[in-house]
Amino acid sequence: MSTTRTRCASRPATRPNRQAAHRMALLKSMLRVRRFEERCVEMYSAARIRGFMHLYIGEEAVAVGVNEALTADDAVVSTYREHGHALARGVPAEAIMAEMFGKVTGCSRGRGGSMHLFDVGRRFYGGNAIVGGGLPLAAGLALADRMTGQGRVTCCFFGDGAFAEGEFHETANLAALWGLPLLLVCENNLYAMGTALARHQAQTDLALRAAGYGMVSWAVDGMDVFAVEDAARRAAEGVRAGTGPHFLEMRTYRFRAHSMYDSDRYRDKAEIEQWKERDPVEGLARRLREAKELTDKARSVLEDRLAAEIDGAVAAAEQAAEEPVEDLLKYVTSPVEASPP
Amino acid sequence: MTATHTRTSTPTAPSDRKTTYREAMREALREALGTDERVFLMGEDVGRYGGCFGVSLGLLEEFGPERIRDAPLSESAFVGAGIGAALAGMRPIVEIMTVNFSLLALDQILNNAATLLHMSGGQLPVPIVIRMTTGAGRQLAAQHSHSLEGWYAHIPGLRVLAPATLTDARYMLAPALADPDPVLIFEHGSLYNASGELPADAGPVDIDHAAVRRAGTDVSLITYGGSLPKALAAADDLAGGGISAEVVDLRTLRPLDDATIGGSVARTHRAVVVDEGWRTGSLAAEISARLTEQHFYDLDAPVERVCSAEVPIPYARRLEEAALPQVHGIVAAARRTVGDPVPASGADETKRQPVNREGGPR
Ligand SMILES: Cc1ncc(C[n+]2csc(CCOP(=O)(O)OP(=O)(O)O)c2C)c(N)n1
Repeated sequence: MSTTRTRCASRPATRPNRQAAHRMALLKSMLRVRRFEERCVEMYSAARIRGFMHLYIGEEAVAVGVNEALTADDAVVSTYREHGHALARGVPAEAIMAEMFGKVTGCSRGRGGSMHLFDVGRRFYGGNAIVGGGLPLAAGLALADRMTGQGRVTCCFFGDGAFAEGEFHETANLAALWGLPLLLVCENNLYAMGTALARHQAQTDLALRAAGYGMVSWAVDGMDVFAVEDAARRAAEGVRAGTGPHFLEMRTYRFRAHSMYDSDRYRDKAEIEQWKERDPVEGLARRLREAKELTDKARSVLEDRLAAEIDGAVAAAEQAAEEPVEDLLKYVTSPVEASPP
Repeated sequence: MTATHTRTSTPTAPSDRKTTYREAMREALREALGTDERVFLMGEDVGRYGGCFGVSLGLLEEFGPERIRDAPLSESAFVGAGIGAALAGMRPIVEIMTVNFSLLALDQILNNAATLLHMSGGQLPVPIVIRMTTGAGRQLAAQHSHSLEGWYAHIPGLRVLAPATLTDARYMLAPALADPDPVLIFEHGSLYNASGELPADAGPVDIDHAAVRRAGTDVSLITYGGSLPKALAAADDLAGGGISAEVVDLRTLRPLDDATIGGSVARTHRAVVVDEGWRTGSLAAEISARLTEQHFYDLDAPVERVCSAEVPIPYARRLEEAALPQVHGIVAAARRTVGDPVPASGADETKRQPVNREGGPR
């Protein structure tokens, strides 16, 4: 696997203890995604969560690493596999869990569910279940920033499958043509539902193809949060510096089936096991332990905190109210001022 | 009567057998692939995955990857390629996962499949079959739940089918493939698990005519696809209250079978159209208009419509239920047509569906 792990030259040297704290924060953030989704599985089995649910387990390093390169002012556009993106973006676990329970306190007021998380306050623009559908939106957000002279980045996550949609190619061309401040993050987990990369892409080196649009493009080891963070920082800096869209191909893997409905018959168990050896969360934990930055005690404190946070989210979601049926028609169109008598 | 295995060579009268809508669909595909070499199935995850709703499970092993062809996520490209293959003499069956995603291929369907024959002065027929799921009811939220078959039924040049029964699921594909023009088949997602007896003498299915699924004298419930079971349940409920409802299954949404629809209304003098599409500009609107044009003097009451609320289908269960046509809503509408508008069970109807009559807050 060709990976780009060049250190970012302009990244300020930080003191070791700050670096260690940062590494712990990365671990915490990835573990939050992992534990949150594991709880989602339980809630799904208990029929508290319904509909389609797509888990991110195995891909946590991508969301967490990329988010490190973004500021609160930047925008994120995501897919139906977005729990990790939303959590890394800072959307509270409580608002996400409530959404999945279909409650009024959910981040989309129960109307979206697992596939349609939105938090505009955090500039998190969902939650798009039409594969590739978020790409043109992201270009538009970037265009608006460009036109209004804002130095912001719009980051769009999408899968390797989405790379086959016209939406990707049209967006890539437009963004490169107009030099839009867009960070395209392709999560290449080797499968589009049940179809393996080599069976849906003529040329499987996606970074190479994206480069054909005149974008700076790299392939990155998506199982290594440091590699992801470095690449994302470099790319985001490039975007901010006005050098146009950047493309990152994150080589990653999902450990679970495509969705809760998928019996995962199309791939080898051995392949899954092999990738699990590169588990981004446990991999980082191991590295921190070896560097004596993570003790068993600290790990269990961390786990306890996350469990309490997620317990709280579940309890709150459980207790939250449902939207009254009378409000069904709300948010179909914008409220209009009452017309004068 | 259930037969666990059928011996096709048995000369004695074959018996009904238990199957599901999904299996019936698969059997239809298997038959089509087995009897005509020009037929192939193409779509996202139809092969290794077994079809996203399990319809094509096992067909890859049987027919190989050339004919059970996994396509990239490129709806416009693979639908367009299907159209091209049809022009070249093949008989493609193209599967689009859901009607929501078919919009990425709408250009190909409308501007090519539906149009080429006419534009070429009759030179370019497009014998393609496009299958897709439609409908809500499984808490999949807006981007997976809409019922847009009415939009396709708007387009001249297409035939639009909506199999609602096991027999139609099993036997509609063959006449669809035999049709020289593009045929769209809409499968309601809630029907795949429906199981029952497939009558031994079922098929072939007539794709020109609607079917009367239950005879009645007081009101016609006109519906199709995933709403058929709800209309039948409503008819049961109405029968309990002494109202005899006839249930008409449109089966073919384009061209509409005016004769069967009108014939039913001429008998019952009242009509309720049940359509999971949105009320505004819906298939229900079209049927209602036709009844007014053609059967004004047969009608004893205004035509009622039970449609989806004018809202993108929400995720939360009770909001989704409130947005969709439901049995109690059909019963209430039918009762209004016979002048018995206060049913005990449907008394809260206007409260539960505040939305079916008008649009949004504007
Ligand atoms: C336009 C469209 N076509 C098909 C689908 C059904 N679908 C949902 S997810 C998916 C696979 C997408 O794969 P990829 O882009 O690689 O993302 P991943 O799921 O691997 O994260 C498919 C085919 C869809 N949602 N939208």
